[in-house]
Parts: sequence; C-alpha cells; structure tokens
Amino acid sequence: MTRRSETLLAFAGAVLILVLAYAVPWLRFVLTIALAKGLAVLGILLLLRAGQVSFGHALYLALAAYTVAFGAMALPEALLLVPLAALFAGVVGLLIGLFVVRYREIFFGMLNLALSMVFYSVLEKFYALTHGADGIRLPPVTFLGRPLAGEAGEWTVLGMALVLALACGALVRVALASPLGEALAGIKTRETRLDFMGVSPKRVLLAAYVASAVMAGFAGAIIALTTRHVTPALSYWTTSGELVFIAILGGAGSVLGPFLGAAAYELTRVYAAATFANAWQLVLGLVLLGVIVFAPGGIWGMIARSRRAA
Amino acid sequence: MTALLQARDLRLAFGGLKAADGIDLDVEAGEFLAIIGPNGAGKTTFINMTTGYLKPQGGSIAFEGRPILGLSPRRIVGLGVARSFQLPQLFTEHTVLQNVALAVAAREGVWSVLNPLLRPRFRDEAAELIERFGLTRIAEVRADALNEGARKLVDIAMAVALRPRLLLMDEPTSGVAAAEKMGIVETLVRVLREARVTAVFVEHDMEVVGRFADRVAVWGQGKIAALGPPSRILNDPEVQRTVIGIAPTGGAHAAA
Repeated sequence: MTRRSETLLAFAGAVLILVLAYAVPWLRFVLTIALAKGLAVLGILLLLRAGQVSFGHALYLALAAYTVAFGAMALPEALLLVPLAALFAGVVGLLIGLFVVRYREIFFGMLNLALSMVFYSVLEKFYALTHGADGIRLPPVTFLGRPLAGEAGEWTVLGMALVLALACGALVRVALASPLGEALAGIKTRETRLDFMGVSPKRVLLAAYVASAVMAGFAGAIIALTTRHVTPALSYWTTSGELVFIAILGGAGSVLGPFLGAAAYELTRVYAAATFANAWQLVLGLVLLGVIVFAPGGIWGMIARSRRAA
Repeated sequence: MTALLQARDLRLAFGGLKAADGIDLDVEAGEFLAIIGPNGAGKTTFINMTTGYLKPQGGSIAFEGRPILGLSPRRIVGLGVARSFQLPQLFTEHTVLQNVALAVAAREGVWSVLNPLLRPRFRDEAAELIERFGLTRIAEVRADALNEGARKLVDIAMAVALRPRLLLMDEPTSGVAAAEKMGIVETLVRVLREARVTAVFVEHDMEVVGRFADRVAVWGQGKIAALGPPSRILNDPEVQRTVIGIAPTGGAHAAA
C-alpha cells in the first residue's frame, strides 16, 4: 500500500468518525475511547515489530489516567494535562524499559504483566490516596480556559483524540521505515547481527518501548477526560490483554490497523453487550477466532488484500 | 611497525577441550591470512574471541595497538573489525537491498527516525555494493528466499558495508556451489582489495587458499601448528597428512 493511499484512507476514516459522531451522538463516547485505545495499540504494534508482546501496557494507560485525575486538582487545563500525563508515562516507561528490554518473548511479556499488576495493587490498596477500587472522579477541567464539559466538551476531547491519532500514526509510519524502525524489525529476525553491526538491540528496543509508553499515556489521558472517572481496572491485566487483542484484530501490517481494530472492538462490544447482555465476551472471542482463522493479517490485512485484488 | 592485529597467548578451554591453547598471531595490514585446520581445532573460536563474542581465559588481543579484550562485539565493530558468519546471519524478513542498507545505516548511525532507510544515499551505496558482489539480480528478494551461496555473499556484503579495516570471515565459501566458487571468491577478493580491507578467513578449500591467501596459518588442537606462505605450508607433508587429508605422495596442491 502506497503512502498516499494510506494517508487518504486515514483522512477518510477521520471524516467518517466525525460524521458518525455527529449523526449518532452516543457514538461520540464510543469513538473517542476507540481512538484512545488505538493510540495505545499503536505502541503495542511498535513492540510487535520487534517480535515482542507486552501484556502490561495498561500500566502506562492507568498511570496517565491517574496523572490527569490528580493533576487536574492542581492544574485543571486539559492542554497541559494530556502532554504532562504522556510525558510522565514516558519517563516511567524509560525506567521500567531499562530493565525489561533485557528480556525477550515470554519473559518480556510476563515481566510487563507483573509490573502492571504491582501498580494495580498499589492503586487498589492505598485507599487514603486513590480511593481503592472506587476510583477517583475527575474535578472540572478546562480547555484553553473554557470549561471542558457538555456536548462541546465531548467534541473537544474527540478532536484531541483524532489529532493525536493522526499525528502519532503518521510519525510511527515514518519511523517504521527509518533505519531505527528497520533495525527494530531486525530484532525479531536476527538480533545478534545488530550487535555485530555495532548497533545495540537493547537501545533500539528501549526507544520503541518509551515511544509505546508515551502513546499509551496519551491514550490514558484521553480515556480519563472522556470517562471522567478513573479506577484501578484501567491497569488490570485484562486491559493489557485487550490492547494485544485489538492489535491482532486490526492487523500489524499498517499503522491504520490499530485504529480499525479498536473501532471494530468497541463497536462489537457495544452491540454485543446490547444484544447478548451477559455473553458479549463470547461474541468478541468468536470474532477474534474468526479473524485468526480466516484473516491472519487482521482487518487491515483483509483491506490490503482486497485492494491488491482490485 | 606493529601488526594490525596482535594476539598473544590466547587460552580458552570448554571443559576439557582446549579450543585455544596459547595462540600467538600477528595479522599485518593489507594481507589476506587463511586459517586452515581440522574441525574442532579452534578456528571459529579464534574469530569469536577477536570479535568479542567469546572471552578468552587468558592472553591479550590488540587491534592497531589498542587492547580489545573484554570489549563488547559492538565496541569492537566500532573500532573497525567486522565479521561474517559460517551460518549467514541475515534479517530474514528484509530484502537483500534492505539488509545491506541497514548495515550502511548502522555504520552511519542508526539513530535517525524521520528519514527512510532506503534514502537515496544509503540505497545507492547499498546497490553499488550489491552490484560489486554480483547480486543485483536478487536485490529485491527477501533474505529467507535465497540459496545458501547467495546468503553467504549477502552476509559478507553486510560486513564489508561497515567499511572495516579488518574483516574476519568464517568459511566464506562453504555452501557455495562448486562451479561458482572460484568466480565468487575472485569477486570477493577484488572487492576487498579495492576497499583495502585486511582479511582473515577460515577456509577448507585448499585451491581457494592457494590462490588467494598471502599467508596460511594451520590450526591444530588450539595451537598454531604452522604459519607461512601457501607455497610452503600447503606442500608441507605434515600439513598435507593432518589437514588436507592426502597421502604425502607429492600431490602439488598449491598453485603457487
């Protein structure tokens, strides 16, 4: 797929989201969440390029969401809170990354999972500070000084999510074709060769890891501003699993995959929950099974194939 | 003048097996040094020690007068020592062009995110190198679809792309079809001479050794059993019996 057709598809998708959000007001919330999760999955996709799967990226999601919740008490400006939360997620990602990039495959995945569960316990047990499983309600937040509330507030957050998604998507697409991105893919196939070319695979993976933490941070900040309530469930391992699930559903072949996957996931979940109230997980499971069996390249793989055939 | 590479009294044992038992070797700038010897003599171990992959239990190695023992493979590459592998180590999901371009990028600094790997400068240099190795026809083929001989050459091309001053090659012609072998080695030697690269290569084909090596070192049980010009070494009856495996009836192996 050429750069131009992917760019066109991205903008067409952005317009479609805005049209849907206008035509079906209750979808605004669903689509904002989908864009946010797509951002986090974009980070998962980076790690997948190196052949690594993190089952703990909900840590950065929750970290940023709680940063927004606590930060809003002192500094209620969304335009500062979002980058601050992502930056904090990135710094923590750097510290944890220095440790986890020494490990590969199942060890990498499980270490991430373990650390995210440690954070989950901290959020749940330090009741005096975090209100445990009840979570924290966001205090009123402003956007450029104007209150971020009501319908205008929903549109604003959706707009922020859309801008972040387009910007991060474009950046990741460029980065994946760069020497660093190709070296990242080299970790998957022949890591030792990188060492013998004078390149540190650990540092390459660390760069991708920090970037993935920052993107999960953006996602967590947007989710906090949308749901206006943060709970420890954001850092639970099922949330991390959900991100990996979406990555497979959407396909790792393009930066559009995570967003297609996230939209499909959230919409399936909403409709499945409405139709089979207590069995929506079953529907999601069957959808993933279908994707793995019939479309191993994910939703993106199906699109790319049909375009090639056309 | 000091030698480009100086190894002194290298010792390394794997359990009871002495892979290096007091190796002393000087590699002079500009020469092609062939290492021959039976399997298990410690030839690859020497390359692994020189490139930082294995740490000897004793001895010293200096490159351009600077001790390199204990440095990581990455640091040693940075000093100008590159290697190719007996089993080609390629990025199997990348094309030949991407593999070589990635080596070029590794030399120039891999930390660029906004420009593509196949930017004109890297692409042209990689394509030119691929052409010198006679691989232009398969430049766009993925590495996992190549035959063994082509993989071998790509592996060496990637090492050459790093512009080393010393290149260590572990059996560059094993797996290459016999009919193509001489042509490939000739190409390789021409490329290396043009680039003024000093080369150390482990080789089992005595015809290749005889034609292209300036000096031959014979490895045996972790020691250097003989060292000298191919005309002398390859005609040494002891070497012929233990390494080449022919009865000493005067078979003139060396073309020299």
